[in-house]
Amino acid sequence: MRVAVIVHLKKGVLDPQGKAVLHALNTLGFEDVENVRVGKEILVDINTKDREKAIKEAKKMADELLANPVIENYEIEVKE
Amino acid sequence: MKVAVVVFPGTNCDRDTKWAFEKIGAKADFIWHSEEKLDNYDLVVLPGGFSYGDYLRSGAIARFSPIMKAVSEFANKGGYVLGICNGFQILLESHLLPGAMTRNENLHFISKFHHLKVINNENKFLQNLNIGDIVNIPIAHAEGNYKVDENILQDMYNNGQVILKYCDKDGNELNPNGSIDSIAGICNKNKNVFGLMPHPERAMQSILGGIDGIKMIQGFIK
Repeated sequence: MRVAVIVHLKKGVLDPQGKAVLHALNTLGFEDVENVRVGKEILVDINTKDREKAIKEAKKMADELLANPVIENYEIEVKE
Repeated sequence: MKVAVVVFPGTNCDRDTKWAFEKIGAKADFIWHSEEKLDNYDLVVLPGGFSYGDYLRSGAIARFSPIMKAVSEFANKGGYVLGICNGFQILLESHLLPGAMTRNENLHFISKFHHLKVINNENKFLQNLNIGDIVNIPIAHAEGNYKVDENILQDMYNNGQVILKYCDKDGNELNPNGSIDSIAGICNKNKNVFGLMPHPERAMQSILGGIDGIKMIQGFIK
């Protein structure tokens, strides 16, 4: 089962990459774009068919390694 | 005085750091990250570099190296630990120091000499300096934008854990990377674990731009 862990900087933590991309998009002519946040998606293939178990494992992975709770939030999505 | 300089895959300031401590009279050994024990050291240094290619987050993978368990035990028993640059990031990821690092505000890798002001000297590391002293030593990082929760920051001030801030040559606050309150270096509550982004080991010879690093790391010898 493929699970995605999507990590973003918390609201209030300045995202300089997002700011740079926002500026580039505005320069390209996308003038209505007001805000951009850049995060990362980590795809984890887990050898199980148990959806609940996969989510539980992914959550543990996010808490222990994939996200830093001081500055980041994460979401978990089951892909297949 | 015996110093352990821990080397991770991707560490690149290990030789400078060993040389710097030998210059001030210490005996220094390299300790490879896969070692599980630390024997009879007075100080453990996590030097700068790009451990594990900075994958995921700077310092995030190094934290799980076998040696880090021994470093944590050493620190929890009161042993002195110093993290420089990437070493500081590893100490944050290991929860041996509070807070986290994010990308520099301007997204640039900044590599230059920068002035720092001593905010607190009631600790072994900065005992040879006075509060308000200004030192000039190199910084070289892309992720030195220190972040920490406001309440924890207040505690850190109360306990004298904020030890170095970025400033200009006259001591006025000057922030190169967006770090909260221009913080460049901190320590833990027990004042035995230290982390700073600037590189004192690169300021050991006037021919290379300055010797302010000597006074700093000599604190560990006294």
